[in-house]
Amino acid sequence: MAVLVIADHHDGQVRDTTHKTVTAAQSFGGDIDILVAGKGVDAAAKAAAGIAGVRKVLTADSDALGQGLAEAFEATVVPLAAGYDAVLIPSTSQGKNIAPRIAAKLDVSLISDIVEVVDAKTFVRPIYAGNALETVQTSDAKVVATVRPTVFKAAAEGGSASVEKANAAGAPAHTRFVSEEMVKSDRPELGAAKIVVSGGRAMGSAEEFQRVIEPLADLLGAAVGASRAAVDAGYAPNDYQVGQTGKVVAPSLYIAVGISGAIQHLAGMKDSKVIVAINKDADAPIFQVADYGLVADYKTAVPELTEALKAAGK
Amino acid sequence: MKVLVPVKRVIDYNVKARVKPDQTGVDLANVKMSMNPFDEIGVEEAVRLKEKGAVEEIVVVSIGPAQAQETIRTALAMGADRGILIQTDADPEPLAVAKLLKAVVGEENPNFIVMGKQAIDGDNNAVGQMLAALLDWPQATFASKVELSGQSAKVTREVDGGLQTLDVDLPAVITADLRLNEPRYASLPNIMKAKKKPIDTKSPADYGVDIAPRLKVLKVTEPAKRSAGIKVETASDLVMKLKNEAGVL
Repeated sequence: MAVLVIADHHDGQVRDTTHKTVTAAQSFGGDIDILVAGKGVDAAAKAAAGIAGVRKVLTADSDALGQGLAEAFEATVVPLAAGYDAVLIPSTSQGKNIAPRIAAKLDVSLISDIVEVVDAKTFVRPIYAGNALETVQTSDAKVVATVRPTVFKAAAEGGSASVEKANAAGAPAHTRFVSEEMVKSDRPELGAAKIVVSGGRAMGSAEEFQRVIEPLADLLGAAVGASRAAVDAGYAPNDYQVGQTGKVVAPSLYIAVGISGAIQHLAGMKDSKVIVAINKDADAPIFQVADYGLVADYKTAVPELTEALKAAGK
Repeated sequence: MKVLVPVKRVIDYNVKARVKPDQTGVDLANVKMSMNPFDEIGVEEAVRLKEKGAVEEIVVVSIGPAQAQETIRTALAMGADRGILIQTDADPEPLAVAKLLKAVVGEENPNFIVMGKQAIDGDNNAVGQMLAALLDWPQATFASKVELSGQSAKVTREVDGGLQTLDVDLPAVITADLRLNEPRYASLPNIMKAKKKPIDTKSPADYGVDIAPRLKVLKVTEPAKRSAGIKVETASDLVMKLKNEAGVL
């Protein structure tokens, strides 16, 4: 049994989604290798080699991989897959982009977004926006799966795996990278933050969202999130979206401000350790999942909360 | 240009899915069904491109039970030209769906395919990418903007932490994300007109595609419920509780 994990990495760092996918791979019981594919991947490969329990790290270096082109990932991973019983990919938007393409080329099903490895052929995954959990057993010879990182613990550091070069696919014939526009932020990444402060449609405007949610987040060193309603209304950018159609987060503390708690939003945050809801509607469904509910208008509650946090030494 | 738009009939997105007591699946009896919302965005994009004169013909294809015809009619009422129903009561897995769609592509030769990024029942987010792989076509997933120019398409994609723009040669597969557009409601005259538009009914066997499942569903369960906690009176109570009780500050 051997499992290949495709690393999620950036700027020479391996994101902890990779560590969490390694933990999922451990449940298969077998050797675990990591593929670090991208452009200029040596530092990230070194970091991946330090994850405990990893046998070896493969690197694949090309411009097309650095640009994240799915065709290049397919052409790089499919030949490598011959040597593995399973290929696991963190369920990020890039993971979701490439995994089905790799699976189809290998003529196997994709098992999306697994939240539990029952055994090497049996997995639990959410369906219907997390309103149901499906346990599936595959009859395919090889498993290709994306792993929902938030539910797995990060694998520890302390390994010293060897690093080898693999063949990296070059530019695909029919796809060209044009540009990339990344949101620059000093805040922690939404998917990895310990604390998340999210705003909903109650904010009423983008200006109000920035005025209310962002200073509270910054005071707590938190990432900023938003409900789909707030994103659809244009109050917050799409990559703030927490929910089934956006990001799935599981921070230690999730503060929902002016969010009613639609099913699709709950699906993205209900695994948070502690949930706080601030909403003036005492019947809002968000209170049914909140550990601490404050029934109040955010307009008065958030400034009071800010003061109380400052008084408590934040 | 000709565009193929696959659409799926799924549980309406406002309906809460309920797990059957025998754990064999989600109860869909007497539940409102609609077009998968992401596919609706795909149809809308195709119709807008046709209205701009960039597309001449929109063919809609659905794989599902006889009632999936209603889903096709919805797309026809939005502005698609004709439909293909691949009728089956089996619920084919994404790989089988991709193989069926590949066979349809072989007959229809569209210039590109636009479809939802995922269906809200299985939440797989797989068919578009699988279809692109099987056809060896470029893929542009999670599109928030599509510009056709000659024999290529410039597609802006929603990626982790921002946006990416790709230029893909046609034919290609484009999958729609939420912000690509806001789908229209079909007008009554267009709903009436859609009734006269042709729908071809086929079966998976007509395409010679094996749709036997690769996955066995052992059980479907409800996720653990989170119980409601307590209400606090003031913001300072909240901070004290978070600090002393929950230990998260």
